[in-house]
Amino acid sequence: MLKLNSKIGQEDIEQEPTRSGYGEGVVELGQENQNVVVLTADLRDSTKVGEFAKMFPERFVECGVAEQNMMGIAAGLALAGKVSFVSSYATFSPGRSWDQLRVSVCYSQANVKVIGCHTGVSVGPDGATHQALEDIAITRVLPNLTVVVPCDSVQAKQATLAIGRLKGPAYLRLTREATPVMTTQETSYELGKAQIFREGTDVVIIGSGPVLYNGILAALELEKQGISVMVVNNHTIKPIDTETIINAAKKCGAVVTLEEHQVMGGAGSAVCEVLAKNFPVPVEMVGVQDHFGESGEPEELIEKFGMGKERIIQAIKKVLSRKGR
Amino acid sequence: MNPFNLSVSELALKANNIRQDIIQMLLEAKSGHSAGPLGMADIFSALYFSVLQHEPSDPTWSGRDRLVLSCGHICPVLYASLAEAGYFPKDELQTLRKLGTRLHGHPHNLALPGLETSSGPLAQGTSQAVGMALALSMNHARQRVYLVMSDGEQDEGQTWEAVMFAGSRKLHNITAIIDRNNIQIDGYTEDIMPLEDLVAKYKAFNWHVLEIDGHNMQAIIDACNEAKTIFERPTVIIAHTIPGRGVDFMEGDYKWHGGAVGTGVPNKEQATEALHELRTLRGQIRGEHE
Repeated sequence: MLKLNSKIGQEDIEQEPTRSGYGEGVVELGQENQNVVVLTADLRDSTKVGEFAKMFPERFVECGVAEQNMMGIAAGLALAGKVSFVSSYATFSPGRSWDQLRVSVCYSQANVKVIGCHTGVSVGPDGATHQALEDIAITRVLPNLTVVVPCDSVQAKQATLAIGRLKGPAYLRLTREATPVMTTQETSYELGKAQIFREGTDVVIIGSGPVLYNGILAALELEKQGISVMVVNNHTIKPIDTETIINAAKKCGAVVTLEEHQVMGGAGSAVCEVLAKNFPVPVEMVGVQDHFGESGEPEELIEKFGMGKERIIQAIKKVLSRKGR
Repeated sequence: MNPFNLSVSELALKANNIRQDIIQMLLEAKSGHSAGPLGMADIFSALYFSVLQHEPSDPTWSGRDRLVLSCGHICPVLYASLAEAGYFPKDELQTLRKLGTRLHGHPHNLALPGLETSSGPLAQGTSQAVGMALALSMNHARQRVYLVMSDGEQDEGQTWEAVMFAGSRKLHNITAIIDRNNIQIDGYTEDIMPLEDLVAKYKAFNWHVLEIDGHNMQAIIDACNEAKTIFERPTVIIAHTIPGRGVDFMEGDYKWHGGAVGTGVPNKEQATEALHELRTLRGQIRGEHE
């Protein structure tokens, strides 16, 4: 059984941004492997690589505000034997640097790790330009690229270590805001292996990223109403864990996908592709419904764009009604 | 040390062989680019058979210099040079652009020995060359990175991001060569998007700038040697070349750049004429089948 934080569902659960887990993880990798290099495009502190820069200045590459060049330099470094971590906001990288990611990195199988911070509407007041809602879609479509969306800071550190030890291109999706820490140091983590956070039999939430916490809150509330909700943390979008997804669908017969991303092309779409081919069941998709974000406080935006607990409960009730037909 | 170390006159003959390979490849492939590869044959001959430290029997030898072709569309000249140097059998040149080939329409690093990068989208090679130079300098390695760019790709913003970075880091282990042939797909560079004053632009980005006749073997070799003596800046060699060089009816005409499938490559008669011209050194000697 997976060991999770016992404070899940309580007001005083620890909160930390996933980007902090990355910052810790990349320092550990730097100690472990002297070929690890970190690049940034004028976003050292907000992407949490300041500590790495301080400890390994000769392996820290400040590129200035030039994300396309940064991706190319990272590929060149990797082709010459380095393990490159490219740290920026996801709207800029892989947003602006997608062509370079496609050819210089993925096609060439260069050992580059792309770190996309500040994803989702929960970026908040900076507004739509800085809220990446398309990054999963544009990365998971690329051959040779592993795509990872950790659910909290502890998992972000584990995922950083895992992709750092993996030979080949990877994308790690991170967030700005402090969010509940659902997992613990003891929670085992394996790339490509989805985690069952909660058992259930009526419906399964298959979610990715910190917003999954809202799914757990919805499950806890529905339990009081006699509805048994399974919760799966689908942290690796590619390669996706088809086995766990199919088994969950077979067990529950209805699925709600959950992500802080456009529902078109994102993590939910990846789940639907698996289900459509293997075990079709009714699905409701919770996420951003073909809109750009806007300015506001993170929690206000999560509510407005339909990823809060109540909206998830509605989606569950809807999918259950379809299941009954 | 270059494993061939050919003399200037031998390099000229090798360039002629490379040009013949290019014509035969393009005739067989029926699509691709003619002018750029022919125009760069002298420079590629000089690089592979005199300038570069490399070992064709050991393509990933750690002591090799890196040749990064950023303008991937002129790959027939790279493929022909690699085959002439023994990286793979020359027969394979005839598979260019065909199903199952290792010689893709634009180079793929994992497909063929001797290719350092994948290229096609312009300017990406420049950033990758900078990354390789940075890695070599982090490792205190003495190998150099030779970067080949087209003039048309100077239109790309990424080119200047990379040029700015290399100049700021004083990456003196980069020798860049710009194929200044003044053509791009839609016309002459100075009509499409004027690049001049290119020398002043590179100087402003802290590069050491040389200008040469890109068909003068001694000048190519001298410029590459001079680049090795510069320690505070990366070097760019602006090589003035004639697109389509060696084939009279192609020289200087942007229509032979190539781009759309089936345009800009020779048909059977044109290829025969081009090969005759190359084999007879423009009528100076008799062809072997005459």
